[in-house]
Amino acid sequence: MTARLAVTDPVLLAFADEVGADGPVAVEGARTRWEVGGPGHPDTRLVRAPAGIVDYVPDEMTVTVRCGTTVAELHQALSAEGQRTALPERAGTVGGALAVGENGLHVLGRGRVREAALQVRYVSDDGKVVTGGGPTVKNVTGFDLPRLLVGSLGTVGLLAEVILRTNPIPAVTRWVASDDADPFTVLDTILRPGSVLWDGNRTWIELEGHVPAVDAEQARLASMGTWIEVDGPPELESHRWVLPPGEIQTNVDGFGSRFVASVGVGTVWADVAQPSRAVAAGVTALNQRVKEQFDPRHRLNPGRDPGAR
Amino acid sequence: MAGLLSSVRKRLSSDALRTGRNGGQTDPVVAELRAALAPDRVRYDGAERTVLSHDASIYAGGVAGPVCFPLTTTEVQAIMVIAERHTRNVVPRGAGTGLAGGAIPLGAPIVVSVTRMNEIEQVDTANRFAWVGPGVVNLDLTRHLTPLGFHFAPDPSSQQVCTIGGNVANNSGGPHCLAYGVTNAHVLAVEVVLPNGDIVMLGGLEDEPAGYDLRGTFVGSEGTLGIATRVAVRLTPNPPAVTTLLLSFETIRDAANTVSDIIAAGMVPAALEVMDQRITVAVENYVHAGYPTDAGAVLLAEVDGLAESIEIDAHHIAALGHKNNALHIRVAADEAERAALWKGRKTAFGAIAQIAPDYYLHDTVVPRGALADVLDKIYEIADRHDLLVMNVFHAGDGNLHPLLVFDAREPGVVDRVHQAGAEIVRASLDAGGVLSGEHGIGVEKQAYMDEFFTAEDLAHQNRLRQAFDPGCRTNPGKVIPSGHSCADIQALRSVPRDVWA
Ligand SMILES: Cc1cc2nc3c(=O)[nH]c(=O)nc-3n(C[C@H](O)[C@H](O)[C@H](O)COP(=O)(O)OP(=O)(O)OC[C@H]3O[C@@H](n4cnc5c(N)ncnc54)[C@H](O)[C@@H]3O)c2cc1C
Repeated sequence: MTARLAVTDPVLLAFADEVGADGPVAVEGARTRWEVGGPGHPDTRLVRAPAGIVDYVPDEMTVTVRCGTTVAELHQALSAEGQRTALPERAGTVGGALAVGENGLHVLGRGRVREAALQVRYVSDDGKVVTGGGPTVKNVTGFDLPRLLVGSLGTVGLLAEVILRTNPIPAVTRWVASDDADPFTVLDTILRPGSVLWDGNRTWIELEGHVPAVDAEQARLASMGTWIEVDGPPELESHRWVLPPGEIQTNVDGFGSRFVASVGVGTVWADVAQPSRAVAAGVTALNQRVKEQFDPRHRLNPGRDPGAR
Repeated sequence: MAGLLSSVRKRLSSDALRTGRNGGQTDPVVAELRAALAPDRVRYDGAERTVLSHDASIYAGGVAGPVCFPLTTTEVQAIMVIAERHTRNVVPRGAGTGLAGGAIPLGAPIVVSVTRMNEIEQVDTANRFAWVGPGVVNLDLTRHLTPLGFHFAPDPSSQQVCTIGGNVANNSGGPHCLAYGVTNAHVLAVEVVLPNGDIVMLGGLEDEPAGYDLRGTFVGSEGTLGIATRVAVRLTPNPPAVTTLLLSFETIRDAANTVSDIIAAGMVPAALEVMDQRITVAVENYVHAGYPTDAGAVLLAEVDGLAESIEIDAHHIAALGHKNNALHIRVAADEAERAALWKGRKTAFGAIAQIAPDYYLHDTVVPRGALADVLDKIYEIADRHDLLVMNVFHAGDGNLHPLLVFDAREPGVVDRVHQAGAEIVRASLDAGGVLSGEHGIGVEKQAYMDEFFTAEDLAHQNRLRQAFDPGCRTNPGKVIPSGHSCADIQALRSVPRDVWA
């Protein structure tokens, strides 16, 4: 009996062969977030994940895509059917976006990267293609390996192909900005904004939905400040902070001279780096045990540490 | 519900709990557990151990060892340390409403019931989270939050009794998870006591905690990775407006096609639930919710959000209903009518009691475009096995819940139920579906795991398991099938020496 999820795609099997079973190896994407998790080991052999959209079923709101595909290419194909994913627009490859696991600035409207991957196929430390999760939009079939792989920086497996959840692009998207509104009050007033950004002075809001609903939200905003329509979000600074959403204001002095904070989410793009976050000893030990289980010879992306960020 | 199935359990039981044969021996860990907790919170009498030897599934209860009712994380830690010292297994347990046998004890483990850890510790509406004990009942949390303008989005039909800890362990869903997502999307952090006694905080109030997403992997792990002792849940604002439509159809195929068309049109309604005629009649007789009993199927569609947008979506849904030959489309006129419709949907399982004493509720997911064909197949399978099947399900995400209704006193019927069940699972997989949408694998779906996954895939699931629980002592014998798992499931069928079974 062949398992339903057994992999026969020669492209994935060839990728597994290329990764092989020995020697340090890592996937090189588009290098947009190459520095995350610290410098990789210099002797690491770099490989590229296969590319291409394998199966897109708009009516199911799922897409099967190889991890070397760029997010831009994926989103271009999806937008033809009025859909998108939670992967950040600024990301390079699909595999890179998932391996780094950083949410974009639209997380309120488009969802979290961690919730986007329904099924993952990755090459293991011993050079085999492994599948975790399942192809349907809802599934609880055993342990959630997709969750483990997203954000793991390629240290427990090298992502080859994924099935992603897509979501509909709303009828209208409108960005508005105000220099005299309180972003925290705004967040409590607007039901489902796509994004609420704040740089300490100016507040940007992405309103999304049906035209009459967006008009109504915009009218509601008028009582909270003076607003102008703008083209889109501001430029983001290069250092990314991750905070509990309630700690943005208390940390404002640490962000340097410029920052943009995602209100209600806690991501901050600042011009200074976030001090390294303390991780409790028990959690560190558990992380190490996970690594030992999945990569006992430490050959997958050695040097990089998903905990060091 | 529990009463409904207890008769089946007794008759299906291959190793039913044998009480009353103490033989003068007591379990050696009992005294230590009593010293660590309190004498009255470590039970070792037949009654408690019988009740906690099964859950709401059709599966025969196992054998419970000592039953503990801790009040604090420290007490749970003490239990884990004692268990480790004696190499004893541990099974976490919430309300016991699980339908896959996840909470049934195998191998006389220490049963850790967290139902008394039921405090809502902190609610922070400004930052939209709450810290709760794992024993908090799902609906109690939402009732607590309602006056504050919020709710906990996962709403399993069992929400009046099931616990947040159980929801976390099973990654539970509910009708409104279509738009809002299942439990994993609503859990920020989980405090866990690991099998080695370590207390760890998985996840955190920040969106992307450092390290692997261990919070995400813990959710849905069915009690095999440790015991959740505190949970930070996300609060969802109550929508300002809600519209509930009831669409009736001549055939369930038309209802299923309407669902596919709604999703294909790019809408994500708050809920899309379908009931076939048989279950609708049962519900109507039971709670008089106002469902039409002459239609082949009904679709309960709900849209929520801003009034301006739900009006547009409601019109669109109605249009797609008409396109698929809807007989009748009704919009709930007020909150009372809406509540009555939902009460009908959520008590569907209770309504079955009038038809036959026993039922077996399945749970698979298929691509939404395959719903109509798989439903045809399910009716055909049930007919062939001379069984009555009813369908009430989370249609929006393709999550089928075929309900086989029977009387276990009828000779041979239980075997037919199991055969039909197996065929239903395979029909779902044939259509590109998966083994479970929300009830989990437990012991129920274990046998199918290696039809779905390869040996390598299962070995990797087991790697995760071993990182948390190297001795395989927390809820052993669940999820991963024997041969791929660290625990020898057969060995769990026997009871350790010195244990009063
Ligand atoms: C009538 C009925 C309707 C249902 N409807 C739905 C539905 O709509 N959607 C849905 O998803 N499910 C549904 N269920 C299934 C069930 O209610 C859910 O799975 C629920 O989340 C289980 O919660 P519980 O507290 O009863 O957990 P239990 O049954 O006690 O335990 C379930 C699993 O969780 C583990 N566990 C419990 N507490 C902890 C803890 N603190 N730490 C670690 N592990 C723990 C147990 O070991 C076990 O494996 C329904 C069940 C019934 C009987």
